[in-house]
Amino acid sequence: MSTPAPEDRKDTMVGTAAGEPAPDAAAKRGPSIATREKRQGTLNPSGETPYLVVEDLTVKFPTADGVVSAVNGLSYSVPLGRTLAIVGESGSGKSVSSMAVMGLHDRKRTKITGSIRLGGDEIVGLPENELMKVRGDAVAMVFQDPQSSLHPLYTVGNQITEAYRVHHKVSKDVAKKRALEMLDLVGIPNPIRRFKQYPHEFSGGMRQRAMIAMGLVNDPKLVIADEPTTALDVTVQAQILDLLNNLQKEFGSAIVLITHDLGVVAEMADDVLVMYAGRCVEYGTAEDVLARPRMPYTWGLLESIPTVSAANERLQPIKGLPPSLLSLPSGCSFNPRCPYKERVKGERCTTELPELLPVDGAGAHTSRCHLHDKASIYEAEVAPRLG
Amino acid sequence: MLYFVARRLVSALSVVLVTLIATFALFFVAPTDPAAAICGERNCTMERYNEIKANLHLDRPKVQQFAEYTAGIFVGRTFETSGVKQECTVPCLGFSFKSDRPVTEMLKTRLPVTVSLVAGYAVLVLTIGVFVGSMAAKRRGTLGDRALMSSTLIMSSVPYYIVALMISLYLTILYPILPRGSYTPISENPGKWFAGLITPWLVIGIYNCTQYARYSRGSMVETLSEDYIRTARAKGLSDRSVTYKHALRSGLIPVITIFGLDIAASLSGAIFTERIFDLPGLGNLVLQSLETYDLPVIMGTVLIASVVLVAMNFLVDVMYSLIDPRVRLS
Amino acid sequence: MSDNVRMVDAVPAAQAGTPLLQVRDLKMHFPIKEAAGLGRTKKVVQAVDGVSFDLSAGASLGLVGESGCGKSTTGRMITRLLTPTAGQILFKGKDIAKLKERELRPFRRQLQIVFQDPYSSLNPRQTVSNIISTPLRVHNLVKKGKELDRVQELLERVGLNPEHHNRYPNEFSGGQRQRIGIARALAVEPEVIIADEPVSALDVSIQAQVMNLLEDLRRDLGIAFVFIAHDLGVVRHFCDEVAVMYLGKIVEQGPRDQIYGAPQHPYTQALLSAAPDLGTIRGVPPKERIRLVGDVPSPIDPPSGCRFRTRCWKAEDICATQEPPLEPKPLSTAGHVAACHFAEPKVDLTAASA
Ligand SMILES: Nc1ncnc2c1ncn2[C@@H]1O[C@H](COP(=O)(O)OP(=O)(O)OP(=O)(O)O)[C@@H](O)[C@H]1O
Ligand SMILES: Nc1ncnc2c1ncn2[C@@H]1O[C@H](COP(=O)(O)OP(=O)(O)O)[C@@H](O)[C@H]1O
Ligand code: SF4
Ligand code: SF4
Ligand SMILES: [Mg+2]
Ligand SMILES: [Mg+2]
Repeated sequence: MSTPAPEDRKDTMVGTAAGEPAPDAAAKRGPSIATREKRQGTLNPSGETPYLVVEDLTVKFPTADGVVSAVNGLSYSVPLGRTLAIVGESGSGKSVSSMAVMGLHDRKRTKITGSIRLGGDEIVGLPENELMKVRGDAVAMVFQDPQSSLHPLYTVGNQITEAYRVHHKVSKDVAKKRALEMLDLVGIPNPIRRFKQYPHEFSGGMRQRAMIAMGLVNDPKLVIADEPTTALDVTVQAQILDLLNNLQKEFGSAIVLITHDLGVVAEMADDVLVMYAGRCVEYGTAEDVLARPRMPYTWGLLESIPTVSAANERLQPIKGLPPSLLSLPSGCSFNPRCPYKERVKGERCTTELPELLPVDGAGAHTSRCHLHDKASIYEAEVAPRLG
Repeated sequence: MLYFVARRLVSALSVVLVTLIATFALFFVAPTDPAAAICGERNCTMERYNEIKANLHLDRPKVQQFAEYTAGIFVGRTFETSGVKQECTVPCLGFSFKSDRPVTEMLKTRLPVTVSLVAGYAVLVLTIGVFVGSMAAKRRGTLGDRALMSSTLIMSSVPYYIVALMISLYLTILYPILPRGSYTPISENPGKWFAGLITPWLVIGIYNCTQYARYSRGSMVETLSEDYIRTARAKGLSDRSVTYKHALRSGLIPVITIFGLDIAASLSGAIFTERIFDLPGLGNLVLQSLETYDLPVIMGTVLIASVVLVAMNFLVDVMYSLIDPRVRLS
Repeated sequence: MSDNVRMVDAVPAAQAGTPLLQVRDLKMHFPIKEAAGLGRTKKVVQAVDGVSFDLSAGASLGLVGESGCGKSTTGRMITRLLTPTAGQILFKGKDIAKLKERELRPFRRQLQIVFQDPYSSLNPRQTVSNIISTPLRVHNLVKKGKELDRVQELLERVGLNPEHHNRYPNEFSGGQRQRIGIARALAVEPEVIIADEPVSALDVSIQAQVMNLLEDLRRDLGIAFVFIAHDLGVVRHFCDEVAVMYLGKIVEQGPRDQIYGAPQHPYTQALLSAAPDLGTIRGVPPKERIRLVGDVPSPIDPPSGCRFRTRCWKAEDICATQEPPLEPKPLSTAGHVAACHFAEPKVDLTAASA
């Protein structure tokens, strides 16, 4: 069992979440108060070509049991300075799709089609030695479990320095200076001492900060954070989310935040993409998707979560289980679990895959559902249940 | 650290002592009579037999014999054979019943042979074995990987001494492709030392390399699927750095564990090897002295073997702590 | 928010009188060995250090707190999977804290535990029927030959297909496995179930299914729950009474609406304000956030006085020297206690406003 030395605890006590000014004596009296401002507006407010553009991405894994279709025709884009949250149940293809952006899939065991463009350059089909130059440089990834994602046998400093030197031909000393800078930036107190320590000597929150330091060491334009706080406690989660937010403000990078926690989405995301069985089923700004959702699966998710603030009505779970990716149901993938499919005329829900269409005929908020009167059903039936 | 060394020393000494007692006890429990063996069968008079017994102190109580022996290691002993005094200096392990030479001296000439053999073995299995295993892990599922793994399976199902005998018979005697086993001290002529040992090394090494390739493959396959390997790839490291810098270091840990457990087995493997290639090592010595009930030599060999064992285990622990910072020497 | 009273709140008042389970000053100190210089020092992890609470029949108490604060250890002591270092566990008035295994048998039946991880808590080599009927046999609860009927009845009760009794755990999904774990606990008709993070490993939609199941069981069978979770939303949903733990101690306890609506302890306030909340998106003004800095100190060598003082923004000198008792505060309503020298309610921490 690793225990931080007593003096260390003093560090962390007076230390501050990164990005925030160090608390002076007076500030320490009151709680530090942070409110996150939301960026309003459309999916791509500036109108320029977004930094990351994913188009019609499919990822398939041929296995002994058959072909696993983990991602089926996914499209989205993220401009610099904005955060896109990808939400969905486990197995919906969130991680697989973002690993494709990093080119991390095993080539021999994965079939990827479609297009992924980073600042205009195509990633799909790029040879390994070209991909290596992109990974960790223009795009960085922060993984779910900082405990298992850091190498247990190398010091934290060594791992960050290595990440820098892969993409910069600099001496060890220069890289070390940079690593110390990063540790400081992410709010790790006493960087010089921490530099020499091993991951097991860090707490969970500190490890995730170290992971973030490692990811950001090369000033990436895009950060993919795959459930960065799922393994952490709420108070630490709040620290890490603040950190990501502040770093984004400072460096203006694009963030793809993968999560299954709608609360985190509400607090962090500018845009939201809801995934179900490898497909995007709803896509729009956070406002649109969370406050005016237009797809029965999104409704189901919202109705399933007991919130800290909501009333105590009975939860409305989505019945059944997500489908097997070996054989998706025909028509709408959600139809076996959808309580609204009877309202669609004919058997369209079970025969015809709904397209991803603008919810009100035009505009950027899209959803994949045959229902005609989504808005009125939501307002009349779902919204009241959400309280 | 100090605490660790002290504790290890105590446990090492007790291991050695227990081994000695066990050997001693085993020797006397078995229906053996060294005096009779020395005396011979035909012209052995009762008188001569008793004299031999007295000279060798075999007539004294067993506990006393053992105490004298153990004390001798630390303070030396003086033997009296028919009025002739013989000084046995520290560390005294007695005189061979058979040849009357001091056991310490006999061991001194034999030990380097066995150590050379085992060291070569360790180097071979920990380099070639681990390397082949890592390659197979990286290319798992391919034809080469499967061929390698099935060949190791076949290899491990054939007893070691058969493999060793066959190679020695076919490759050094019938078709002399490889030099015959022989021993020249390294200080005398390193080239000859190497040439004489290369065949035994290959035999003991290759046979066991297959085992080590299997262990390393298994451990590397597991390591390569760890999250931190994915992190390493996400940093933009090349495949080679990922495998040999990030994965190998963790992958080695279980292999070293097995190596630690395997040391005793490799010593007994050395006995066969020495016999087959007729190398003047400890293994041959112990086999010879078992045939002649030469108790002091047997005890001496067992003693040295257990010391080697304990030392190697210590080395393995140190290796552990060098590889894994989470293991503190405690 | 009080106008939609749930069914589960309507527990018969008569039963609520005498506590079914009384926990008094429960402590669990795990000895650990650490090398220090030449010798060794014996230290202890103060995993739980003086926890007391009451649980009435049919009630549900939530235990919340950060990882490592001693929630599971408390649960494991109550079910006597661990023997407490000190303290009492009074079940219907009888202290079971120090009972020997044989004397414990009858109580084991009454006190059941459901674990967090639906993957590792079921034996993969046993059929579902075997898993559920083992406790039936151990406690002689059914006649020979009637076992299967009872197993199928239980499977149906937890919402699984009774036909699937011959399957193995790996043929079920996470949520279904958790149902099997619940069925196993139900088999012996317990009066108390300790649910240790029963839904933490499940996806939201599945989580809601299991939560509803637990709620039904509580309502229909009158089982009392100690519900351990770190998800504040889940606890608010399920529990009438909530205890907040920090470093092995309860720092605040009270009726749900008091804890969530007017928390008095700074730690509770921080915890609530840190929980990401969907409310922010639906036009509710962003809530005030309290950000704790640093991590929970080590339970081997906890801070003197108030254990929270190393992260508390209200800490004064007295906090380092005097341990604040868990007691009612001037502004508390009935049954609401907090352990803080400077407790005062703060009402606007969750984005709820209606
Ligand atoms: N057998 C043990 N030996 C030593 N320490 C232990 C042991 N079991 C638990 N602990 C320690 O006791 C403390 C409380 O552990 P416990 O499992 O009760 O926490 P918890 O509140 O359930 O946390 P989580 O939310 O992570 O499940 C922790 O610091 C833990 O490391
Ligand atoms: N290497 C692989 N081989 C086969 N199937 C895979 C592989 N990796 C992921 N999958 C499957 O792809 C689906 C999507 O996985 P993932 O993206 O990790 O889900 P999540 O949305 O939880 O991140 C899952 O059903 C998973 O089992
Ligand atoms: S298309 Fe049909 S089945 Fe799919 S979500 Fe809409 S109503 Fe439900
Ligand atoms: S007693 Fe002091 S340190 Fe503890 S919570 Fe209250 S104010 Fe903070
Ligand atoms: Mg994932
Ligand atoms: Mg726990």
